[in-house]
Amino acid sequence: MELFSAKEVSKSYANHQALTKVSISVDEGTIFGLLGPNGAGKTTLIRIINQITAPDSGSVWLNGQPLKADDVYKIGYLPEERGLYKKMKVGEQALYLGQLKGLSRRDAMKELKIWFEKFEITAWWDKKVMELSKGMQQKVQFICTVLHKPKLLIFDEPFSGFDPINADIITREILQMKKEGSTIIFSTHNMESVEQLCDNIALIDKSKKILDGPTQQIREQYKSNIYDITYHGDFDIQSHDLARKYNIISNELNGKMNKLSIQYLDGSNSRELIKDLVEHVEIISFNEVIPSMNEVFIKVVKQNA
Amino acid sequence: MHKIALIFRREYTTRVQKKSFIILTLLMPILMSAMFILPAYFATMDDEQARTIAVYDGSAIFLGRLENSEFTKFKFIPEEEYLKLKDDIKNSSYYALLVVAPNFLTTNTIQVISVSNIPFDLKSQIKDKIQNVIEKDKMAEVVRQTAIPDLEQRIEATRTHINIDTIKLGEGGEAKKSSTEIGMVLGYIFGFMIYMFIFIYGGMVMQGVMEEKQSRIVEVIISSVKPFQLMMGKIVGIALVGLTQFAIWVFLGFAIISATKSFYPATSQSQQVQNVMAQSQDAMQQAAPQMDKMQEIFSMVDTINFPLIIGCFLFFFIGGYLLYSSMFAAVGSAIDTQEDAQQFMLPIMLPIILSIMVMMSAIKSPEGPVAFWFSMIPFTSPVVMMARIPFGVPVWQLALSMFLLVITFVGMVWVAGKVYRTGILMYGKKPSWKEIGKWLMYKS
Repeated sequence: MELFSAKEVSKSYANHQALTKVSISVDEGTIFGLLGPNGAGKTTLIRIINQITAPDSGSVWLNGQPLKADDVYKIGYLPEERGLYKKMKVGEQALYLGQLKGLSRRDAMKELKIWFEKFEITAWWDKKVMELSKGMQQKVQFICTVLHKPKLLIFDEPFSGFDPINADIITREILQMKKEGSTIIFSTHNMESVEQLCDNIALIDKSKKILDGPTQQIREQYKSNIYDITYHGDFDIQSHDLARKYNIISNELNGKMNKLSIQYLDGSNSRELIKDLVEHVEIISFNEVIPSMNEVFIKVVKQNA
Repeated sequence: MHKIALIFRREYTTRVQKKSFIILTLLMPILMSAMFILPAYFATMDDEQARTIAVYDGSAIFLGRLENSEFTKFKFIPEEEYLKLKDDIKNSSYYALLVVAPNFLTTNTIQVISVSNIPFDLKSQIKDKIQNVIEKDKMAEVVRQTAIPDLEQRIEATRTHINIDTIKLGEGGEAKKSSTEIGMVLGYIFGFMIYMFIFIYGGMVMQGVMEEKQSRIVEVIISSVKPFQLMMGKIVGIALVGLTQFAIWVFLGFAIISATKSFYPATSQSQQVQNVMAQSQDAMQQAAPQMDKMQEIFSMVDTINFPLIIGCFLFFFIGGYLLYSSMFAAVGSAIDTQEDAQQFMLPIMLPIILSIMVMMSAIKSPEGPVAFWFSMIPFTSPVVMMARIPFGVPVWQLALSMFLLVITFVGMVWVAGKVYRTGILMYGKKPSWKEIGKWLMYKS
C-alpha cells in the first residue's frame, strides 16, 4: 500500500530549477532509496516532504491525503547537515526535540530511557553536547529523529560520521524499524548500502527523475550479457575464432582454474555461449554478472550528461 | 501556539539559568550603586587631620586675623624664621607655609608652599579666610567714605534667592507642579535604558539565530515548526529574559536607593522638598482657596505619573525591541559568520545611535520640532519618546507615536520572517542587499 507519493512536483529558485515534475511513490513498510549526484535536487525534494519549503506546482500525499501541517508529527527527518545545540545538555535537548515533534514530556522521557539504554549512553544524559565526540552526537541525533515513532522516516546520509561498528548498529536499527512497519526514505551516495537496504529507488539528476523501480529489477535491467566463467582445460580463447564472435573482457590462464569474463553480442544468447564453450573446455562455474548499483548510477548519470 | 510556547520556554530558561546572566543581573545594580554610595560615603567622612600652617605676612594685613578652625591652626612667624623655614618645611613641624607678599593688595595673590599637595578643602578654607578679611577691610573703607553706618546690612539685604515653581496646566486645565530637573533625569534614564535593552537583547537574538544556523540544528527544528514560529519564539523568549532582568533591577534598585538614603545626611533631598513645600505654602496663604487643590495636585504627581511612565516604558521597550530584534534576527539568518555581520549591522545601528543623540537634545527641549519628529519616527521613537514622557506629552502625540510603532514593527516582523525563512537555509555565500531583497519575493 502506498504511504507517500509526490506527483509532478516542480520547484525553482531565482536562478535555477531544483525539481522538474518529479513523481515518486513509496509503499508502506519499505525502504526507498533517493539517489542522485550532488545538486540534483534531492535535498529540495526532502525539504518539500518536510514542509520546510513548498513546491511551485505538483502535490505531495501522505496516507492518501494531501500533506498537511500536522503531518510533521508523523515524519522523522535526519538531515545531511545536522547539529544540536552545543551548550545544551543531551537529555534536555532530546526531550525538547521530542516535544517539538508532538510528544508529551512524559512520553518523550519514557521513550528516551529505552533508547538510551539500548545504545548504552545513559551516562551522557547530563553532559553538554559539545563534550561528546562527533559519532556520539550522531547517535543522539539519530535517537531524536526516531523518538516519536514516525510513520515516515527520512534519512539523509545517515551513516556519515559513524565508524563501521556504529554504522552497523544503525543499519540494524533501520532494518528493525522497517520490520515494525516504518516506511523509510533513504538518501545516500553509498551504493553498497542502497543494495543492502533499499527495496526501491529513484534516481534524480539535473532536477528530473531519470530512473526508478525496484532495486533488483533495475540492476537486472542494466546487466549487459556479461558472464564470469571458470573452467578447466588449456584453452586460449584469444587466439581462437570465438574471439571474433564474442567480446572477451578478460581471460586469466593459470593452469587449473582458468577464468574468463565474456560478453555475447546482440543476436546471441547464453545457451549459444555455453554450447560454443563446452566444445573446448570443462565449465566449472557460469555466472551472469549483475551490475552493482554503483555501476548503474555511474552509467545512467553519464548517459544523461 | 503550543510549539511557540515550547521554543519560547527553551529560549527563556537556557538564558536565565546561565551563570553569566545571574552574575550580571546581580552585579550590575551593585556596581551602579557603588557609583552612588561610595562618593556619598566618602563625603560624610570629614577631613580630620590636625595641621598647623606657618604664616609669613609681609603685608601685615592679616596679623592675628586668621581664625583657627577645629583642625587647622595658623601660626604667624617673623621674617627670620620664614627665611629659615622657606627651604626646609619638610623637617619642620608645619604642614605648609602661607606667604603673603608685601604687595599683596595689588596682586591679590598669596602663596602656599608645602611638600605634599594640599587638600582641596584646605585650599578653599584658606581662600575663604583671606577673602573674608580683605572684604571686611574694603567694606569698612566704603562705610567710612560714604558715612552710611548700616551699609553692610543694606547690601546684604539686596541679596535675593529666587525659587521657580514650575506649574504645568494639564488637559483639563488642572495645574500640575512639575520638576524640570526630575523630568530630565527620568527622561535620560528611561531613554538610555531602552537603548541599552534594544542593543543587548537585539544582539542576543542575532547571536541565537546565528548559533542555530551555524550548528545546523535549524533544519531539524524547522522540520517540526514553521520558521516564523521559531523566530517569534526566540524573540519573545529573549524579550522576557530582558523583562525579567528589568524587574530584578527595579526591585534591587528600590532596595539600594533606600540603602543609599541612609548614607546621605537627611538634609540634601528631603530638606529641598520641605523648602519647596514651605514656599508653596507661603504662596498658598495668599491664595487660600487654591490650597486644597494644590494638596490634591501633590498627591496626583505621586500617584499618576509613575504608572504612566512605567507603562509607556514597557510599551516602547517591547515595541522598539520587536522592531529591532526582528531586524537582528533577519541579519543573523542571512549571514554565516560573525565577520559578515558588520556590513548589515551598521544600517540597523545608525538609527538607534542617532536616537540616543537626539534624546540628549530632546530632554533639553522636549517640545521642540526635533524632539517631536524623532519621537514619531518608529526607528527612533522608543528612545526619544521615552525621554519626552516625564515632561508630559499630549495624548494625541503619544497615541500617534504608538500607532506608528505598532504598524512598523508588525511590518518589520513580517519582512524579517520572510528573510529569515530563506536565510537560515542558505549556506556558503555572503548575501548582498539585492539578494536579500529577492528573498522577500520567494514563495514559501
